[in-house]
Amino acid sequence: MNPAQTHPASTLCPLDVESVRGDFPALHQTVNGRPLVYLDSGASAQKPEQVIDAMQAYEREDHANVHRGVHTLSQRATDAFEGAREKVRRFLNAGSVKEIVFTRGTTEAINLVAQSYGRTRLGSSDEVLVSEMEHHANIVPWQLLCEQTGATLKVVPFDDNGELVMAKFEELLSSRTRIVAITHVSNTLGTVNPVQPIVRMAHAAGAVVLIDGAQAVPHSAIDLQVLDCDFYAFSGHKLYGPTGMGVLYGKEALLDAMPPWQGGGDMIKTVRFSGTTYNDLPYKFEAGTPHIAGAIGLGAAIDYVSELGMDRIEAHVHGLLDFATARAEQVSGMRIFGSVPGKAGILSFEFQGIHAHDLGTILDHEGVAIRTGHHCAMPVMEHYAVPATARATFALYNTMAEIDSLYAAIDKAREIFRT
Amino acid sequence: MSDLRHLYQEVIFDHNRSPRNYGELATSNRRAEGYNPLCGDHVVVVLRLTDDGVIEDLRFQGRGCAISTASASIMTETIKGLTVKEVDDYFEAFHRLAQGKNPEAGLELTKLEVLSGVRDYPSRVKCATLAWHTVRSALHETGKTATTE
Repeated sequence: MNPAQTHPASTLCPLDVESVRGDFPALHQTVNGRPLVYLDSGASAQKPEQVIDAMQAYEREDHANVHRGVHTLSQRATDAFEGAREKVRRFLNAGSVKEIVFTRGTTEAINLVAQSYGRTRLGSSDEVLVSEMEHHANIVPWQLLCEQTGATLKVVPFDDNGELVMAKFEELLSSRTRIVAITHVSNTLGTVNPVQPIVRMAHAAGAVVLIDGAQAVPHSAIDLQVLDCDFYAFSGHKLYGPTGMGVLYGKEALLDAMPPWQGGGDMIKTVRFSGTTYNDLPYKFEAGTPHIAGAIGLGAAIDYVSELGMDRIEAHVHGLLDFATARAEQVSGMRIFGSVPGKAGILSFEFQGIHAHDLGTILDHEGVAIRTGHHCAMPVMEHYAVPATARATFALYNTMAEIDSLYAAIDKAREIFRT
Repeated sequence: MSDLRHLYQEVIFDHNRSPRNYGELATSNRRAEGYNPLCGDHVVVVLRLTDDGVIEDLRFQGRGCAISTASASIMTETIKGLTVKEVDDYFEAFHRLAQGKNPEAGLELTKLEVLSGVRDYPSRVKCATLAWHTVRSALHETGKTATTE
């Protein structure tokens, strides 16, 4: 499903935000004497009790190494760990759990593809195509790959509204393009990219497509059968799960043909000094003891958002974004970066005369947590010729009243800076 | 609001709005660039050092938050006419001030005191010290882009 084309149905029963907020212990605190207004979920979201409890229950009662022992605890740990993999598969509508590789996060997933898929296949006449709006995690692994293989990195630009220039994409896509690596949702601009046509065109040109889903997965339902991309990566901690936990989806035939990335325990069948045979998918790509509690926490996070319903979450966040955007238009001197219709709950902005960091400090003083800086997307900053922006991101637990607090804090900053 | 006012004192706004010694220097013999990758603050310091090791004149340029701009501006006023050794001493003293450590006896930090508010904001200390790291890099000719790391 392409989130850009998903119009939240008005018939949806809205989220009961007050009840949802009750699930998130971290939200109930004061910061600098004010109630915390957490608008930085795009960097890392808070966790519900359900996730914390699942991880703690595992650590307290079920911990043992997975895929190893015959004893009861090892079996329990393995069942919970593999149960989480099945939850991920269902959540993304992947064909098989063999296609779900656990990683440390989106970054590691992309590096895995660059090194295992890219390094063995690319040569000096080949090209990798990324976009100008990528997070550094979807730029640097490809730069490293290009240095190693002599391949060339090509960049699809975006226009000043934050929309990918598709004509340019079509122009840059050629028989030399071996990999297209593109973000589903921009972490800075909120743009939801037209990934389905991108996948279709890239496949027609003979390239494989990796989609960085770090911001998209918390935003709307993902259906990999419809999307048909070759690789999809996301992180647990932006989906109300733990850090250090992520997922790489890869089509089985591709993963099967790829060499292992890291060597160690769990990824082997037999080890002899005369030669080693590798384990089946997905274990071939999971060397060493994994982050078992992390997988269980991610599984619990998936249960949590699934129960609320991704369509309701998306509708709620769209409502918050629309409200925040309408308010922004009434504030003079406030410039918003990214105005593509249907964008995700991300509001990047700057003020004439107030640097993002000063704004961040003053907002924090009012209890409002936002992200300031380059958001690990320096090419986006360069596009707009700004050193940094402020960014508020909206999540399932945010309220209209919190957006009022955001603008009250912004007024305070303007008062202090007398803009 | 009281501690915010301590961080953002009037003098800081004044220097942020109209930074002193801002721009290029017609004749200079030292130049260094400072960059804080965390926030994107960028500063360039150019100066003219005499054979006796005295800063005859200096300018700065760059983009940054109010704290980093004001700090760079106040720094240029403070160190014009000083020797390399004196600047090093000021750097040490200012660094201690920004980190909230006890001042060492003997050095008058009068103007720089307005920046002492950063000690309550650990993430902002680097904003205040970037220009200082940069001028040190210019004076000692490390040739590297100065960072606050």
